[in-house]
Amino acid sequence: MYQWLSGGVEMNRNQSYHRGRIGIVCLISGLLMTGLTGRLGYLMIFRSEHYSQMAEALHQRERTIKAARGRILDRNGTVIADNRTVCTISVIHNQITDKEQVIRVLSEALGLSQENVRKKVEKYSAREIVATNVDKELGDQVRNYRLNGVKVDEDYKRYYPYGSLASKVLGFTGGDNQGIIGLEVKYESWLKGQNGLILTQADAAGVEIDNAFEDRVEPVAGADLTISLDVNIQTYAQQAALKVMEEKGAKRVSVIVMNPQDGQILAMVNVPEFDLNHPFDLNVEPEEGAAATRQDLLNQMWRNPSINDTYEPGSTFKIITAAAGLEEGVVRLEDTFSCPGFRIVEDRKIRCHKVGGHGSETFLQGAMNSCNPVFIDVGQRLGVDRYYHYFSQFGLLGKTGIDLPGEASTIMHKKENMGLVELATVSFGQSFQITPLQLITTASSIVNGGNRVTPHFGIQAVSADETAIHKFSYPVREGIVSEETSSTMRGILEHVVAEGSGKKASLDGYRIGGKTATSEKLPRSLKKYISSFLGFAPADDPEVIALITIDEPVGIYYGGTIAAPVIADLFATILPYMGIEAEKGTVHTMANHSAD
Amino acid sequence: MPGPKKKVRRFYDYSLLFVIVFLTIFGLVMIYSASSYTAQIKFKGNSAYFMTRQGMIALGGFVIMVIISKMDYHWYARFSGLAILVSWVLMIAVSIIGEEVNGKKRWLKIGVKFQPTELVKITVIIAMAALITRIGKDVDRPAGIVRAVLITLPLAGIVAMNNLSSGIIIAGIGFVMMFVASKRKLPYALCVLSAVLVMAFAGPIGNGLEAIGLLKPYQLSRIHVWLDPEAYPDTGGFQVLQGLYAIGSGGLFGKGLGESIQKLGFVPEAQNDMIFSIICEELGLFGAILVIYIFVFMIYRFMLIASNAPDLFGALIVVGVMAHIAIQVVLNIAVVTNTIPNTGITLPFISYGGTSVLFLMVEMGMVLSVSNQIKLEK
Repeated sequence: MYQWLSGGVEMNRNQSYHRGRIGIVCLISGLLMTGLTGRLGYLMIFRSEHYSQMAEALHQRERTIKAARGRILDRNGTVIADNRTVCTISVIHNQITDKEQVIRVLSEALGLSQENVRKKVEKYSAREIVATNVDKELGDQVRNYRLNGVKVDEDYKRYYPYGSLASKVLGFTGGDNQGIIGLEVKYESWLKGQNGLILTQADAAGVEIDNAFEDRVEPVAGADLTISLDVNIQTYAQQAALKVMEEKGAKRVSVIVMNPQDGQILAMVNVPEFDLNHPFDLNVEPEEGAAATRQDLLNQMWRNPSINDTYEPGSTFKIITAAAGLEEGVVRLEDTFSCPGFRIVEDRKIRCHKVGGHGSETFLQGAMNSCNPVFIDVGQRLGVDRYYHYFSQFGLLGKTGIDLPGEASTIMHKKENMGLVELATVSFGQSFQITPLQLITTASSIVNGGNRVTPHFGIQAVSADETAIHKFSYPVREGIVSEETSSTMRGILEHVVAEGSGKKASLDGYRIGGKTATSEKLPRSLKKYISSFLGFAPADDPEVIALITIDEPVGIYYGGTIAAPVIADLFATILPYMGIEAEKGTVHTMANHSAD
Repeated sequence: MPGPKKKVRRFYDYSLLFVIVFLTIFGLVMIYSASSYTAQIKFKGNSAYFMTRQGMIALGGFVIMVIISKMDYHWYARFSGLAILVSWVLMIAVSIIGEEVNGKKRWLKIGVKFQPTELVKITVIIAMAALITRIGKDVDRPAGIVRAVLITLPLAGIVAMNNLSSGIIIAGIGFVMMFVASKRKLPYALCVLSAVLVMAFAGPIGNGLEAIGLLKPYQLSRIHVWLDPEAYPDTGGFQVLQGLYAIGSGGLFGKGLGESIQKLGFVPEAQNDMIFSIICEELGLFGAILVIYIFVFMIYRFMLIASNAPDLFGALIVVGVMAHIAIQVVLNIAVVTNTIPNTGITLPFISYGGTSVLFLMVEMGMVLSVSNQIKLEK
């Protein structure tokens, strides 16, 4: 069958063209392979960057290193918002060598049940978190066991050493250390810093490769924020507010203490406050059957009524009407008015709070008596146009521009809808609404010589390495009233405290100016009130101004009776603290105005 | 055979032997590099699993190769009929009781697990060499061509059912052997030309074939993936794209031996078909071209042996092996570089695969045996 195999002659005859053909096959193979080297050259030289980048993107894993959030310091450098190092403890299934030991150590150290830890240790996953927010000491303790497959990662958690102090002002942070309310959110960009990155390479399953090239971008800690708040003044003010809230059974009490010259806020109390370290725990028991959801209640609790809520300011607003009248020259201190206990404007009879009337009185006496008809008359003398002009010029139409989120706007009549009746009610602080902060800011501007200041907390931000200091600046609008009007207003308001409706705010040895108010809450039929008092000292050159609003006091609700003494107590404590010494001798009275 | 054989000095191609040894050892190194990471995960820390297995088989194959190279190659021509029979039995068996991996039946388990396809390649080489030698000038006549086609194509067809690329290689081997024996040029040139044209217009042709139902959607998708792998990163383009990432990130001189990232599970089974992409990543363009030209050198050695073979049968055996190696190397690198659509082809001597390396050693033994019977004249 295979006879032909032994015959070599036949084959030799064909060798030459066979050789040629073999050569062709060899040549074509060589050419094809050379062609492929060309293709390789294209891929590995010209497309190299493209594919390298795509491959890099595929291999790289980013791990964030959290930046420490900047601290918040009060004006004296006391830290009021800080960071605490906490640990996250996790297990990596693949790297665990002694399973039983890991389970035993972790359950003992962290106080977790063995089954719980076992479930996590035995779970086949890239990383399983066993516990978060573990104290640093405990985390270090676990780390010192040097267990394979157990990772202890450090993390920062916001910590407020003063608990609930100025809670609605400072605000708190969320899970990613981001500000949620208050200064924490307003100054987020300064405080948060820049997270760092660890770039590592990982295999297809996402497991990081040991000894692989690691690229590290260091985190930049956030800047420290210094604010104008004074922890001591805030504490005094909070104590005073809590005391009066309890005594009068009030729903809420707010106190704002400010420097009227530059708008720096020294204290802003809104009791009840809430615990900043546990911001999601309600500070009051939810009412039975209340329709409000838990989130609504939380939002209510976090609300800062000093700036987020508006109210009818009532008599304290007479400061503004008086300043406008004096500035425009439609009234002088000696002008006499008569109060029969009401005033009829168009078809309305508007009552004075003193039913029998104050009788004949000068403008100064009217102010001291907080007499409604006197201020209605001043308003009517100005007329809608001029009154509206001053309302606007004093900055009452806009927001104050405070460095806190969510400031409420003024609710005011439109000028074209404002008749004489509306003008009359606005003149003594009714039928429109402003925030307590707007009132204290406007009053500051009137008594400080006519400079509309911007109320604020932020003073400066200092970078963590202390190389960059950024001082915040705030606009001041000068000349909203003349220095003369301002001086007269200081005098009137000093008289109000010395001898008028605000005399319970007087303090031996100090010249204090102020104005009381009792505002009816809407609807008026409910007979609920906000008692307030606005006071400043020293009356001739104010260094501090304070406003207290007591929301829904039970029983006596007159501002002059319940609000003024609180400010007197507060001033008695903080004025010496601020270095404003009491003058020896008697209570000062103004010599150049005959008040009586 | 006339003449005193024993006094004639015989040639033995040590250059080829060296290249074989070099490629095999280089292959083992690359298999270790490409597979150690995945092996240690899969085989409980035994990072050398793939390399050790391949090394053992290669060693056994080497012994068999040396033995075969000392045999007279005319002797095993007797088994060409038997080999065809066995090939058919095994191929039918594998398509019925074969072990199914990824929907393809390629493995037969009779005591040991192996791929009968590799045996078919050798069968076709020996059978075609025997046939062509026997039919002599009939090689260009219809009678001879029909017989050649009847041996090659049905075998290639049954192989192609589960392994298209091996079917193509088998048909290619037969084609090249016929070409070498033939005196005609035009039919062969036309065959090559039409193949090139199909490649060039694969997209439109594929769409047309799918429209008339000849091509299955999954086969068409391979063509689309080939034309633009980045458009299908998660579906069919994954393997090709990962290979391209590996090749592209190699650059001129590579990341260094063992430094590949793509082998860490990104390139699926990096020690198999895609091992060349890991070579590119670790050794760069420089290393890759070196590997290609080692294969070119091997083919050059085959050419020398075939040209100087004592008879046509010997020459054709070497040509068959040469065709096998050349086609497989070209197709593998073409697939890895996405020059042609993706199809599973191993890189001879380097890719992991026991059956493959064993039968490659047998083929090398045959070639060396032919070389050993070249008489050196002096």
